[in-house]
Amino acid sequence: MEGSRTDFVVRLAGESGEGVLSLGEMLTTALARLGYEVYTFRTYPAEIKGGTVLYQVRVADHLLLSYGSCVDIFVALNEEGYRENIASLRPGGTLIYDSDNVPTHDLPNHRVIPVPIGTIAKKEIGSMLTKNMVALGVILRYIGAPVEAGEQIAEQTFKRKGEEVVQKNFQALHAGYHYISQHVEPLDPLLGKVEKVNPDRLVINGNEALALGAIHGGLTFYAGYPITPATDIMEALAPVLPRFGGVVIQAEDEIAALGLVLGAAYAGQRAMTATSGPGLSLMVEQINLAAQAEIPAVIVDVQRGGASTGLPTKTSQGDLNLALYGVHNESPRVVMAPTSVEDCFYLIQHALNIAERYQLPVIVLSDQSLAHRRCTIPKPNLSLVPRWERIVPEPSTNGEYARYAITETGISPMAIPGMPGLAYTATGIEHNELSDPTYTPENLQAMKSKRFRKLQHLSEQYAEQFVRIWGEPEGADVGIIGWGSTEGVIREAIQLAEKEGVRAAALYPKMLMPLPVRVIEEFASKVKRVLVPEKNFTGEFAAYLRSQTNVRPVSYAKDTGLPFDPEEIREEIIRVARM
Amino acid sequence: MAETQTLSVHTQPIQRQPKDYKSDLEPIWCPGCGDYGVLNALFKAMSQLNLDPDKTVLVSGIGCSSRLPGFVVTYGFHGVHGRVLPVATGIKLANPELTVIGVGGDGDGYSIGMGHFPHAARRNIDITYLVMNNQIYGLTKGQTSPTSSTGFQTKTTPFGNLEGAINPLQLAIISGATFVARGYSSMPNQLAKIIVEAIRHPGFALVDVFSPCVTFNKVQTYDYYKGKVYEIPETHDPTDKFAALRLAEEEEPFPIGILYRVEQPTLDEQVAMVKQQAYTENASVEQLFRRYQ
Ligand SMILES: Cc1ncc(C[n+]2csc(CCOP(=O)(O)OP(=O)(O)O)c2C)c(N)n1
Ligand code: SF4
Repeated sequence: MEGSRTDFVVRLAGESGEGVLSLGEMLTTALARLGYEVYTFRTYPAEIKGGTVLYQVRVADHLLLSYGSCVDIFVALNEEGYRENIASLRPGGTLIYDSDNVPTHDLPNHRVIPVPIGTIAKKEIGSMLTKNMVALGVILRYIGAPVEAGEQIAEQTFKRKGEEVVQKNFQALHAGYHYISQHVEPLDPLLGKVEKVNPDRLVINGNEALALGAIHGGLTFYAGYPITPATDIMEALAPVLPRFGGVVIQAEDEIAALGLVLGAAYAGQRAMTATSGPGLSLMVEQINLAAQAEIPAVIVDVQRGGASTGLPTKTSQGDLNLALYGVHNESPRVVMAPTSVEDCFYLIQHALNIAERYQLPVIVLSDQSLAHRRCTIPKPNLSLVPRWERIVPEPSTNGEYARYAITETGISPMAIPGMPGLAYTATGIEHNELSDPTYTPENLQAMKSKRFRKLQHLSEQYAEQFVRIWGEPEGADVGIIGWGSTEGVIREAIQLAEKEGVRAAALYPKMLMPLPVRVIEEFASKVKRVLVPEKNFTGEFAAYLRSQTNVRPVSYAKDTGLPFDPEEIREEIIRVARM
Repeated sequence: MAETQTLSVHTQPIQRQPKDYKSDLEPIWCPGCGDYGVLNALFKAMSQLNLDPDKTVLVSGIGCSSRLPGFVVTYGFHGVHGRVLPVATGIKLANPELTVIGVGGDGDGYSIGMGHFPHAARRNIDITYLVMNNQIYGLTKGQTSPTSSTGFQTKTTPFGNLEGAINPLQLAIISGATFVARGYSSMPNQLAKIIVEAIRHPGFALVDVFSPCVTFNKVQTYDYYKGKVYEIPETHDPTDKFAALRLAEEEEPFPIGILYRVEQPTLDEQVAMVKQQAYTENASVEQLFRRYQ
């Protein structure tokens, strides 16, 4: 490391089931509490025990947009983790390894610090369970953070287990801390001082932000079936939703989950489910039912690697086609994609609003990297997204309620069971305005256009509000059009490219269906070339753009299971600029 | 929410007649279809209970029988094939004040929807599930069903059904259903009585009804059932699980009536209890933020 600088990356790797994840989370929270910005990334094996868990924390005193391009400090807790990750350590970087587990290595280009973590835990504290606390002490000392930051975390984490456990962990933390003080030549602390700690921040991941956002958005009914990496949305909601008068039900499968959601929404609740690719494919039939019978439903898809069971713990943006086109015959749906952890909080509120007002399914595409990305965000503004209520009809006395009344916007007032005089049958079969099954050609045409008019209305009224533009597109060498979780890394790459004299700008639509075509075409017309980076293999979004707009982008599609890093995008920007 | 809508069109409590539940939509069933008998028995039962159409929801899947909600002037939900029970469960949890009745065919409920059936039973959600069991697929024109008998010949089983039939009554009992009954569409008064009891019953109530398909099932016809059904005698103790299972085993003659009935806490009650205990007047997201600070 070239002297002190507060922007560096710590990567941890160790055996699954040995507390690497909690070590990473503790380190992250400690740093965030000290006032730094943090941005994490994690991957883990699909099995509970065995395989390597990787946890990466980038820390800085300024806004972070990605998990970084290279590793400055690599902490290896097992040999497999060492072998798999040592190449990512940049020249001059520091290797700290558990010398009880990892054989000694001679690395001329790195600073190498062996620490007998297990021996310390056993000898000093008498418990191997405290190994990750020893490691936390080691890391905190090495980067120049105060030991108190670790104490606070230990206290909080172990308070419930009693004073003795807290003391043991304190001891372990200090043992690790002192080991570095004694054995490592002093060097400039890496962590610069933060001038003023902003207390109005959260350190939170995408799934948690989404769960909180949904509660704030008025969610009262959640049904789901466990699937990685979506499960912790349900786990975050289950203990708290009843406090707000809501219900969480674990269904027998994804089909049931969406069935429960449709039943609850039909009966007046704000309802949602979350799943990942394989679950979304099971839901397709009822997504069309929601569109055809005009029932609000929010379906969150936390995309993962695939296809099939694929790479359940790795990230991907491979479900776009399923979300857009996973339909028999044709039916309208809205597809949205949050672009950051902060955005998860707000976007889900919009999704619930749109489902409720437009009475259709809204699919929200997150992904593993976003779902499990823990980072510091400004404390969300609770009054930013106003609530939209369902449009209900006036009570009727003549029994002539036209549930599917043809209207200009396509939205027909929707009665809720219990409302007097408005009883009707919601149905997926083609129907007339009174919801009676009707098969005439005129009716089909009229009803289909009514249902699709909702998308048109939404597009005209709102789609453009969900577009973010970064940088100055006018005359830019490269205009990036991206979607979802890659926004931050793209922004960072743009800054990097700028340093080399290449000007780039980016456009991120958070509503993908309907697509804000006008702004996209306008953006594309201002830039020299359009580049579409995405984390899938076939370039799904680039193909979608080609089909919906006059834009002819260069596709940079890469499905590796890992998020993009800013360096590779910078290189791609420069390559496209020179094409 | 629904409860806040207090405005009522009916100022006087009225006694509704079976015909008051009949919608303007004419049933599309073949003349003689057993489902007419089920519909009429349902009208009778609803009138006996004087159910408020505005507070009653009929949920169905896909099939001839699943068209039923359209013929009744209650709220209805005609969904997709096999998904009656999750939807009905969602509705009941959303608003426990509603009377929720699931209806459908044997294909819908016991084949494509089979994954949901034991779960609705074990949850003991307070809904009534009325299955019009014609031992065949009607709407798709006569294929074999999971309740078709072994050897039953259809277009998809030209060499005779090679598979055994499932026994929905036993399955319901062992899965945790708290009310299990069988009706016959040609015994409408008896069926109406069963339906009344099923709707009154707090918990998951299965009413499996023999409902002949006159067009495609040439074996289980009205003639076939003549002399092959009998009413369950008063001496049967419906709280005796093993007696109920034994009764459900009987074939030719088939017992008609309530085989099993016990009381257990229902899912909707328990959910309401959790909500009541957990509900916090001033729960706020602001508070939840603290965990992440
Ligand atoms: C997913 C799906 N698969 C198949 C069908 C075709 N289908 C419609 S009704 C039906 C079976 C109907 O049989 P049953 O439930 O016994 O009702 P019945 O018509 O006999 O009353 C089938 C297979 C469908 N609509 N949806
Ligand atoms: S086909 Fe069979 S089940 Fe369908 S309406 Fe006709 S008789 Fe009834």
